[in-house]
Amino acid sequence: MAYEIKIEKFEGPLDLLLHLIKKNEMDIYDIPMASITAQYLATIDVMKNLNLDMAGEFLLMAATLVHIKSRMLLPVVSGEEESEEEEEDPRAELVRRLLEYQRYKEAALDLDALPLLERDTFPRGFEPPVADEADEEFQPIGLYELVEALRGLLAENPETPFHEVAGERLSVTERVNGILALLAGRESVAFRELFTERPRRDDVVVTFLALLELGKLRLVRLMQSARYGALWVWPVVAEDASGPLQLEEEALGYG
Amino acid sequence: MDTAELKGAVEALVFASEAPVRAERLAEILEAPKAQVLEVLRELAAEYENRGGGMVLAGVAEGYQFRTPPKFADVIRRLGRSRSARFSRAALETLAIIAYRQPITRAEIEYLRGVDSGGVVKTLLDKRLIRILGKKDIPGRPMIYGTTREFLEVFGLPSLTELPTLKEFSELSLEGGEMEDASAPAGTSEATV
Repeated sequence: MAYEIKIEKFEGPLDLLLHLIKKNEMDIYDIPMASITAQYLATIDVMKNLNLDMAGEFLLMAATLVHIKSRMLLPVVSGEEESEEEEEDPRAELVRRLLEYQRYKEAALDLDALPLLERDTFPRGFEPPVADEADEEFQPIGLYELVEALRGLLAENPETPFHEVAGERLSVTERVNGILALLAGRESVAFRELFTERPRRDDVVVTFLALLELGKLRLVRLMQSARYGALWVWPVVAEDASGPLQLEEEALGYG
Repeated sequence: MDTAELKGAVEALVFASEAPVRAERLAEILEAPKAQVLEVLRELAAEYENRGGGMVLAGVAEGYQFRTPPKFADVIRRLGRSRSARFSRAALETLAIIAYRQPITRAEIEYLRGVDSGGVVKTLLDKRLIRILGKKDIPGRPMIYGTTREFLEVFGLPSLTELPTLKEFSELSLEGGEMEDASAPAGTSEATV
């Protein structure tokens, strides 16, 4: 199955640019190109570091920004070679697009505020969809939340500066089985419960990998409480499961 | 048929209909002048509104339909313990662009949004919220899209002219207007884990 990973926070490069301009209280009609380009590039760098499958449009916009910036550095040719039309500000088209995009972004909010059928208002004969196993309070976790959770854990447990001789070898498969055992017979387990009080970095990584493997195998579902934001791991229970499932050591290919 | 009886008949017809009924259709069935039917519909809508009960007579998609008022949405959702259906930002943005700019090509949508919109256009077509209106008479003959009757039904709009007014911007709006749905990542964007 193909993954569809999208940049959650930004619908696209225009959305990201709008956000940066507003955040920095820049004047839309006089965008400081050097600063905006630097910030834009830094943001997409972060996205790349998260290994997010970045849409090509983000890179295209990066090129556009750099292009505009370089055009602004060039001296304006005046005098004898004066062209018929007034030289347009290199930023003009971008500004038009940003303002136009903002219009539809707001219009989208207006649409969402209308009384939507089967969300806010119901006609006669409405057939409620079959309830999900999970409580409505829980939502599936998006990529960003997951990455945030990992970063949070790693930040809490900074790498020790000491030279460390590799000790025991941690096995993802073992951890997978460990998590399955922890989940056996329970409705759900808090994400934090999978980790010890002060886990080592390699522990964090291995447990995280194990969690992702379990998700991929569709053995667990990662949900987030809409109200409290905490992450929870739900086992996907087969009705007739006769005891906890065990994975063979080589099953995941980590060796 | 006196007014009281006409009113009852109109109410019965709207109640019994699956989809929103047009005033023309009601007038035809009841052999009454359309103006009189419209007048009765207005009265009925006001009565339900004033009663403040469990349903309202809503004017949607050029017709009329009984619907529940939004304040009871939570209660009704408990019928099936279902999660409330939400549109993703991508879907809403694309729908907004199509609704206000129709007929419009995919290339025009993508220029406005700044991102590839093939997937979301397809989803909206599948959900029958938009339809192909035809082909544009330019090289390549790209398809042009517009919204459907279902779109009006889903968004509770009597007609396209009742769309919220599109704001004109010469300045940036305040950051507060951002759709920050931290709690609920929308449908298409969840990582499959």
